[in-house]
Amino acid sequence: MKKVIMGTETAALAAVLARVQVVAAYPITPQTVTVEELSDYIGKGELDAEYITVESEHSAMAACVGASATGSRAFTATSSQGLALMHEMLHHAAGGRLPIVMLNANRALSPPWNLYCDHTDSLSQRDTGWIQYYCCDVQDVMDSTFIAYRVAEKVMLPVMINLDGFYLTHTSEIIDVPDQEEVDRYLPPYDPADKVDVDNPSTYGCVCGADLFSSLKYRRQMETLAVEQAWQEASDEFAAQFGRSHAPVQGHNLDDAEVVIVTIGTAGGAAQLAADALRKQGVAAGSLNLAMVRPFPHQSFRRAVSGAKHLVVLDRDVSYGGEGIVAQEIKSCLYGKSSAQVHGFIAGVGGMDITEELLADMAREALGGQKQGLELGDSIWIKVLP
Amino acid sequence: MNSKILKQELLAPGHMGCPGCGASLVMRYVLEVLGPQTMVVMPAGCWPTFVGLYPSTCLRVPVMSVPFATTAMAAAGVRASLNRQGKSETNVLAWAGDGGTFDIGLQALSGAAEKNTDLIYVCYDNEAYMNTGIQRSSATPPGCWTTTTPASAPKVEPKKNIMEIMAAHRIPYAATASVGYPRDLMEKVEKAKGLKGTRFLHILASCPTGWRHETELTMEVARKAVQCRAFPLYEVWDGVRWSLTPMAAKTPVTDYLNMQGRFKGMSAPQREVFQTWVDEDWERLREKCGDNQAA
Repeated sequence: MKKVIMGTETAALAAVLARVQVVAAYPITPQTVTVEELSDYIGKGELDAEYITVESEHSAMAACVGASATGSRAFTATSSQGLALMHEMLHHAAGGRLPIVMLNANRALSPPWNLYCDHTDSLSQRDTGWIQYYCCDVQDVMDSTFIAYRVAEKVMLPVMINLDGFYLTHTSEIIDVPDQEEVDRYLPPYDPADKVDVDNPSTYGCVCGADLFSSLKYRRQMETLAVEQAWQEASDEFAAQFGRSHAPVQGHNLDDAEVVIVTIGTAGGAAQLAADALRKQGVAAGSLNLAMVRPFPHQSFRRAVSGAKHLVVLDRDVSYGGEGIVAQEIKSCLYGKSSAQVHGFIAGVGGMDITEELLADMAREALGGQKQGLELGDSIWIKVLP
Repeated sequence: MNSKILKQELLAPGHMGCPGCGASLVMRYVLEVLGPQTMVVMPAGCWPTFVGLYPSTCLRVPVMSVPFATTAMAAAGVRASLNRQGKSETNVLAWAGDGGTFDIGLQALSGAAEKNTDLIYVCYDNEAYMNTGIQRSSATPPGCWTTTTPASAPKVEPKKNIMEIMAAHRIPYAATASVGYPRDLMEKVEKAKGLKGTRFLHILASCPTGWRHETELTMEVARKAVQCRAFPLYEVWDGVRWSLTPMAAKTPVTDYLNMQGRFKGMSAPQREVFQTWVDEDWERLREKCGDNQAA
């Protein structure tokens, strides 16, 4: 069924179709519509789930942990400050191997206060062990939610679905809403092998000595690295059933590309247009939408950019004292494995628009053209005061 | 009720608590009443450290060990999950110390209680952060020695009245109990078990390590606390109906204080402050209870 629907509404509808069983809800702009919609779906009997209106995001994740560990499919949504408040619980959910799925509306962290798009909130949680997926459009929000639960419940790790604040949370698009039967076929009910259960008493989160602790961490890293493949397979299976693909790395005209514009989130659309515009001017350009940042999709990424000479990397974030986080990740992925130059640009933080022209200009600068911004450390900052 | 100790014994031998630990006995008595259809959710504190090192456990019921601030809301998640699975009869026991209840877990506890979440919350109160080595909490009584209220900088504030806070949430049942009176304690757990909604039990758990008393005096100290009214026993129904539990005649606090090294350094004026705090709180409690005495 085709439907015109907004990003946050789509996340709620996707949770309904995924038949989530426990929802923990706390409002924060620009995510709030998602938890509002879910309360209404449950109130009207269109979703058979327990709805917990928690008193903080820290408690939202605590409630999801309790629900998931006892065998229920749990969902919550947050943004920015709320995600930061959850930090302790993010580690706990991933360490507890709980397949929770959470929407995060990417928004700047204070101070100064700013409600608009910025990726520092989620990227500064990249070491918590969550799988991080960044949506490029509204259809991606719908589809990746199903893929997320399927992957999460297979590998027993939580997934953060990221939506660019306002650019995606508050944009309406025509999307294809699958039938419940189709979703059920793709996403079977959650039936974990282990759960906290009075009929089989055990301890969740017990104390563990250093020897075994290292081994558990090693095993978790091994299983997290395998998520790239698991997501790819789940995406392929989704594509076979629904005709749409949502791979960890999504390339556009990469085959012969010498310069590749790399983005996460909604800037992928502008990056495609910029690459097309550059092509018309005789530049062998392509674009790459890095949908998965954790685990970093090393194999797919290296393969996708194997022929590239210049990577133009957009960061809507910064790691203070370091550089843009995505650029850092890419350098780490390619070190010793590629001779491509990585050009890190920091732009669009706190809601500044990223346009096709801006991205094309960045690519031109990388190829020796006119300087677009101020060089600072290993990054070039766009549209900033000196 | 028949409180002949103990028929089920859900606390197995070999827990890692200190000798004479009051909190371990509280768990033993509470689980005796609640039975095996119980899920325990506990945060950081003494208890998760002495449940046992992986793969051992001293409890014959499932335990979820969760971050410090989250006890009540992690338990709320468990409750929601069990309800969704049609297991509304399974007891959810949220279990935290005084630090995890009075301090860091208070927000989550309020969040759960305000929604009358169907769970039994037990605060085992040993009046300080004992697991980290005896630091002051807001449950520490005035004048009491801890490692963060040394003789040079004593605690002057009274113990926070957590029961008034919980009563203000108008939850169906809240009660105090002492490990020194197991029969009363278990009867109160039985009453809590028979109700739905948020039930709060504030249970004094003497701690030889932190209170500096002999390990064989655990029960005796916990009884003395009640007798001198430093820890009076009472119940609150629906947040408004207060009733005293019958107790022996009130004694001066001196006997109680003298049994414990943690009060050894108290000056005469500090002892007076303690007695005044106890007397004033006791009078306020008597006013709230009126003629109500538990049956």
